[in-house]
Amino acid sequence: MKYSIVYLYLFVVTLNYSCAQDAENKANTPSDIPFSEELLVDGLQIPWAMAFLPDGSMLITEKSGSLIHFKDGKKATIANTPKVYARGQGGLMDVFLHPNYQDNGWIYITYASEEGNEKGGHTALMRARLKDNSLYDNELLYKASPNTTKGQHFGSRIAFDNDGYLYFSIGERGARDENPQDITRDGGKIYRLNDDGSIPEDNPFMGEENAKTAIYSYGHRNPQGLVKNPETGAIWDHEHGPRGGDEINIIKKGANYGWPIITYGINYSGTPITDKTEMEGMEQPIHYWVPSIAPSGMAFVTSDKYKGWKGSLLVGSLSFQYLERLTLDGTKVTNREKLLENMGRVRDVRQGPDGLIYVAIEGKGIYRLIPKS
Amino acid sequence: MKKTILLFLPLLLGAANAMGQNPELLSSIQRGSAIYDDFCITCHLPSGEGVPFAFPPLAKSDYLIKNRTASIKGVKYGNEGEMIVNGITYSSAMAPMGLDDGEIADVMNYILNSWGNSSNDPVTVEEVAAISE
Repeated sequence: MKYSIVYLYLFVVTLNYSCAQDAENKANTPSDIPFSEELLVDGLQIPWAMAFLPDGSMLITEKSGSLIHFKDGKKATIANTPKVYARGQGGLMDVFLHPNYQDNGWIYITYASEEGNEKGGHTALMRARLKDNSLYDNELLYKASPNTTKGQHFGSRIAFDNDGYLYFSIGERGARDENPQDITRDGGKIYRLNDDGSIPEDNPFMGEENAKTAIYSYGHRNPQGLVKNPETGAIWDHEHGPRGGDEINIIKKGANYGWPIITYGINYSGTPITDKTEMEGMEQPIHYWVPSIAPSGMAFVTSDKYKGWKGSLLVGSLSFQYLERLTLDGTKVTNREKLLENMGRVRDVRQGPDGLIYVAIEGKGIYRLIPKS
Repeated sequence: MKKTILLFLPLLLGAANAMGQNPELLSSIQRGSAIYDDFCITCHLPSGEGVPFAFPPLAKSDYLIKNRTASIKGVKYGNEGEMIVNGITYSSAMAPMGLDDGEIADVMNYILNSWGNSSNDPVTVEEVAAISE
């Protein structure tokens, strides 16, 4: 009897230590909010992403397929944009400017595309230049295959690192047992390319038989956040878990992030996917959310505009409809805060060149956070 | 996926029984269950319970029962503006999912015959096709 109590105690202690973080990880509602929000662009349905042009204007993707140029308070629809496969979670997704946009004018876009022979669609990456509200020099850089009529998990976000490599994400397209753990198949991956779409010689699966050599990391579910950490230069992602188990990961070359072998989540129906949350050879997230917040959009705050915010990470929540601010101590999340509660599904968040924070909310538009002086 | 169908089978059979063993409706409901798991479940949740003030419930939804055509139209073309469901006002938009008319009929039949809902009037492809924006 005595022993069984000791064992029970050890078991509980072990359980505690085996978790990467406290089971209690609640987001607080701050009493002191250092901004007031202003609706900058209205009349949008599902604004998926924003990019800031050097002239102070803004590009906005609408999931339905329109690329919008917002300049001097007016919206214009850009012509010659790629045809999107608007089904389920698919459509026009991320837009991102080349780090040397001033010199080369390249704009990168991810979208769901029907290109290919099979019925359905899969995620594509293209680049183009912009003139007189029309795209030109359009180049398809990557098209995942094979197409599927599944409605889920297209990803997709784009980021550049300090060496000029382009990263983008593709979700596992609702085929969790086929795609994420198989490097010969697209989906459930972070990809790395040169800025012209060619595959870097030192990509991790170069030379492996039948591998999709654009793959940089695998075992992902559906990453809809991908950014460069401005301090370390590392690429960070966040991804949707199933029911529970959304994650923030630091992306490492050739690494396996474990989906669906390990996860902190369960099926939507409540049944387990696996009893494992960790395994040798698979990466642990630096943070996971239970319950799921359904993260979309991600930005590091580097400006001094908002008191106490510098160095923290902003993440949109689709399911709980707020903007989350995570305070970081290196790679450890030390506090979580809810902002812009009950305004709608937060799809994207960016820091503009002016150091201000811009937030895209579904059914509303783009909000600018005006610092309180 | 197979497991999900097995899980729902008694429920589906129950529904079919209530429908006077209409095998066409039963297979429509079965297909609709797969569409639901693919396109709807993330917001409306596994038992159609939704999330109060964010995503309206489909289970025992008064809106669904009273506004059949508007509900089909919402799935086909998307929904915008306020909607009152079981006494709660919802204002978030639902984007069109890009489903074809057959898939919309199937998922409607699944929703109309699940979680305490029942309808003896199956949604048909023709009915969906006839609804314009």
